Amino acid sequence: MNYSVLIPMIVFLIIIFFIGYWSSKKLAGSSNFISDYFLGGRELGGFVLAMTMVATYGSASSFLGGPGTAYTMGFGWVLLAMTQVVTGYFVLMILGKKYAIMARRYNAVTMIDFLKARYNSTAVVLLSALSIIIFLFSAMAAQWIGGARLIESLTGLSYQSALFLFAISVLVYVTIGGFRAVALTDAVQGAVMLIGTLILLIAVIISGGGISNIMQDLINENPNLVTPYGAEGNLSAAYVSSFWILVGVGVVGLPQIAVRAMSYKNARSMHRALIIGTIVTGFIMLNMHLIGVFARPILPGIDVGDKVIPLIALETLPPWVAGIVLAAPMAAIMSTVDSLLLLVSSSIVKDVYLNYVKPDASLKTIKRMSFGVTGILGVIVFLLALDPPDLLIFLNLFAFGGLEAAFIWPIVLGLYWKWGNKYGAIASMGTGIASYIALHFYNIANGNLFGVHTVTLPVVLSLIAFIAFSLLIKRQAYDYNAILYRNEKQA
Amino acid sequence: MKETDWRFRVAHREAWIGLGLALFNFIWWFAFAYGLGNRPVEEYTYIFGLPDWFFYSCIVGFLVMVVLVTVVVKFFFVDVPFDEEQEEGR
Repeated sequence: MNYSVLIPMIVFLIIIFFIGYWSSKKLAGSSNFISDYFLGGRELGGFVLAMTMVATYGSASSFLGGPGTAYTMGFGWVLLAMTQVVTGYFVLMILGKKYAIMARRYNAVTMIDFLKARYNSTAVVLLSALSIIIFLFSAMAAQWIGGARLIESLTGLSYQSALFLFAISVLVYVTIGGFRAVALTDAVQGAVMLIGTLILLIAVIISGGGISNIMQDLINENPNLVTPYGAEGNLSAAYVSSFWILVGVGVVGLPQIAVRAMSYKNARSMHRALIIGTIVTGFIMLNMHLIGVFARPILPGIDVGDKVIPLIALETLPPWVAGIVLAAPMAAIMSTVDSLLLLVSSSIVKDVYLNYVKPDASLKTIKRMSFGVTGILGVIVFLLALDPPDLLIFLNLFAFGGLEAAFIWPIVLGLYWKWGNKYGAIASMGTGIASYIALHFYNIANGNLFGVHTVTLPVVLSLIAFIAFSLLIKRQAYDYNAILYRNEKQA
Repeated sequence: MKETDWRFRVAHREAWIGLGLALFNFIWWFAFAYGLGNRPVEEYTYIFGLPDWFFYSCIVGFLVMVVLVTVVVKFFFVDVPFDEEQEEGR
């Protein structure tokens, strides 16, 4: 075991626990448990908001899988990764102020609350809860595998023990701290990612003898590595561009991101978060993927992509620095997992149980359910991750694409298009998910249809379905202010 | 029927700005990456050691977006209240 690497990581984990514990103290004195546990009481400031979005979004695939693929593919994959810069500003600008205002009017705490109030439909709620639970499960499993692999490669523990260690650390503080703990630790973890990637990039460049030198080595090995077309020349412009939907603009439809867009305090926090988020996202993505490419001449012949970053960090940095730097992917994975865990449990407790099973549950029951469900979910994911499939990044992207195809139009058009109704929303989600799954298997068997990523077509189809069904069945303009009159009458 | 909430007009305009920025971002990224990148490798030039298509598309492109987002947020985005209470005093 490599103690000089492990100690900084353990110190890092302890700090994270401490923050979780501290937030749970705040939670205990809270008057509105649900809003606080699942949303942090809508008072995030600009910096925390930006960081929690980046940290939630930046996951095992940005820190392990992505750079690992860049190592194999060369600069074409860095180009692809940079499509993610758009998420830094796009999500907050598109959902933006209208979402923040409507979420408050509806008193919405989760994305499903918003959909429920907007479309006033049980089918919409159950369909969304179901797709969140199913798709985010596969996303979570992918993250847990990444986390366990990382611990495995650092400690030499067996995969099973590493997974166990990881599961315990995550579960403890998600169950105690809730959203505020997750958002706050995200901010710390985001800062760790930012600094960690910069240190590692510099170390890799120095160890490779400068950028020009590295470039020459890459060209000598395979000139395709420095083109936008990938090592085999098979990354087409259409395919890479379709990632603008998958990891760029489509991110608007991801529930774990969308819920953050209703958690900020005021317009000033949002404005700050826009700028910080853009800078931090771009910086981290650029650094991590460049590290992946630059690692190739320094450490040739790594065959498991997920191991590139841990190995190159151990190679180029003094052990204790490597420990701090490797806390970055650990942070990314943990912060993604916590938010997913919290989201899935909020779908079960809040959106299904409280809405349909027992609307009059006492606060005590709700609390016990929230902690209990979060814990049980953790155990189930743990069991699933024990025997994991190999391709981390694609498992993760499967969940991404499916959720985007399901939710992007019901959210975005629900906000801005008054003709959107529940029939459109149901059709859109159904079409999105069904066509995504069908196309996924078609593409595996026959190669990508039209040469673009699986997500592209379902997003288009679900748009058509949303518009067509909204206009064809019981067409009626939605009044965004109607809820105000209702509230006034009650008052 | 009340007239549209003034905050919604602000929100709608800002959403369009977001869409515009993303479109601009895409065009910049695509034009440099594939405009410069489809030459034979021998013809690439290198800026700070990086291939020119990558430097302009990803590094300059990223910096341009940071500047644009900052300018847009500072000068075109409006601070609006999110809660209804402030609204009723109007």
